[in-house]
Amino acid sequence: MIRSFYIAAKDLKAEFRTKQMLNSMFIFSLLVLVVFSISFGDFLGDTEKVEKLAPGVLWIAFTFAGMLGLSRTFVMETENGCLEALMLCPVDRGAIYTGKILSNLAIVFLMEAVTLPFFIILFNYSLGIGTLLLLLLILFLGTFGFIAVGTLLSALTLGTRTRELLLPVLLLPLLLPVLIPAVEATAGILAGNSIGNLIPEIRLLAVYDLVFFVISHLVFEHVVSD
Amino acid sequence: MENAVSIRELSKVFGKTPVLKALDLDLKKGEFAVVFGPNGAGKTTLLKLISTLIEPTGGSVFVSGFNITEEPEKVRKEIGMLSHDSYLYGDLTAKENLHFFGKMYGINGQELEKRILQLLNEVGLATKADERVSTFSRGMKQRLSIARALLHRPSLLLLDEPYTGLDPGASLVFENLLKSPEFQGSTKLMVSHDLERGFALCDRVLILNKGKFVYDGFKVNFSGFQEFREKCGSMLT
Repeated sequence: MIRSFYIAAKDLKAEFRTKQMLNSMFIFSLLVLVVFSISFGDFLGDTEKVEKLAPGVLWIAFTFAGMLGLSRTFVMETENGCLEALMLCPVDRGAIYTGKILSNLAIVFLMEAVTLPFFIILFNYSLGIGTLLLLLLILFLGTFGFIAVGTLLSALTLGTRTRELLLPVLLLPLLLPVLIPAVEATAGILAGNSIGNLIPEIRLLAVYDLVFFVISHLVFEHVVSD
Repeated sequence: MENAVSIRELSKVFGKTPVLKALDLDLKKGEFAVVFGPNGAGKTTLLKLISTLIEPTGGSVFVSGFNITEEPEKVRKEIGMLSHDSYLYGDLTAKENLHFFGKMYGINGQELEKRILQLLNEVGLATKADERVSTFSRGMKQRLSIARALLHRPSLLLLDEPYTGLDPGASLVFENLLKSPEFQGSTKLMVSHDLERGFALCDRVLILNKGKFVYDGFKVNFSGFQEFREKCGSMLT
């Protein structure tokens, strides 16, 4: 497990030095929010309509911005044959997958942490601490599922010439089971529902995360081997 | 004495193309063998199989007594690989690269610090330790790559076309390191197109052609490189 942290730390060090992925993800997610808030300009005063539309907008921003980052997850490993060097290290292949998940989670959470205040401002929300913590829980569960599958698919599409195109095509259908409960739960939270009303969504997200993490962990070795 | 590498009936098929055909090979501890062969002979595939990067279609490979398919992590601990790819992260500094790989091989703390300093000195990059690898020339990257491969004191060195991109200075550093007391006891298996250099370094010569060893002999059987080329040159086409 400690070696997964070494891999994540190495990825984050390289990313914070260049900020290539972070910058493009921040800008993209903010642009999505701004474009939608301008398009929905007439509805923004109508609380009922905003409550229906805003959660979807938030997850669209997170998903597509996150996908930008995911498509580059293994790119740094392909330069100078670094993926081979990682595979030569005396570690379980699953540790490499976990390391990549940790670094992707850190980067995507950071992007979400910057995007969320803009979302709250642009869509005229005022959230209490309790609501915010609940929202963070849903963001964590939804993002973890997204990253668990996305990291595996990013490795799977590594050797293809149309990686950037193939990744969303393969990833989006697999994300539906996590996006639907995540959007519904977010809508519930923004409408003021308590955690008790969100149990089915939270359960669905937790099961999805666990199942896809375990499956991806197990199949990663076959994905990266010849 | 246990062999450093023991290969039996090793075969590898990619799709329907057989690349290696029932290879047998034993390398004694401390031996330096070089594999020559034309392009597509299966040389790199052989190294990738021994290093656990790919799995064999048939047969078995043991490294220091560990089966590559059953105990791949133990095998990887024994191996240091030097390839024509540098295996280095361009956005990290020389020191950070060595730190990362050292930790991945289970070396930590003061021991790692000392080892990094020692190797950076030996490859002549001590003054560049805190510079990003992306700013290095090809020769400097290869020097650092040598340090990376030797970091965990591997008992088996796999050298895949190690001279590619090496400037004369780096070639000398590389050869001196291989001859240094620290690595004299380690087994070396090199794949190369550079017949003269390969022949000069090795104890044993193997020629791989169309997935089979067509020659396996010792350097002492030849009076010099010229005789080797005259006798074995035809096997390399």
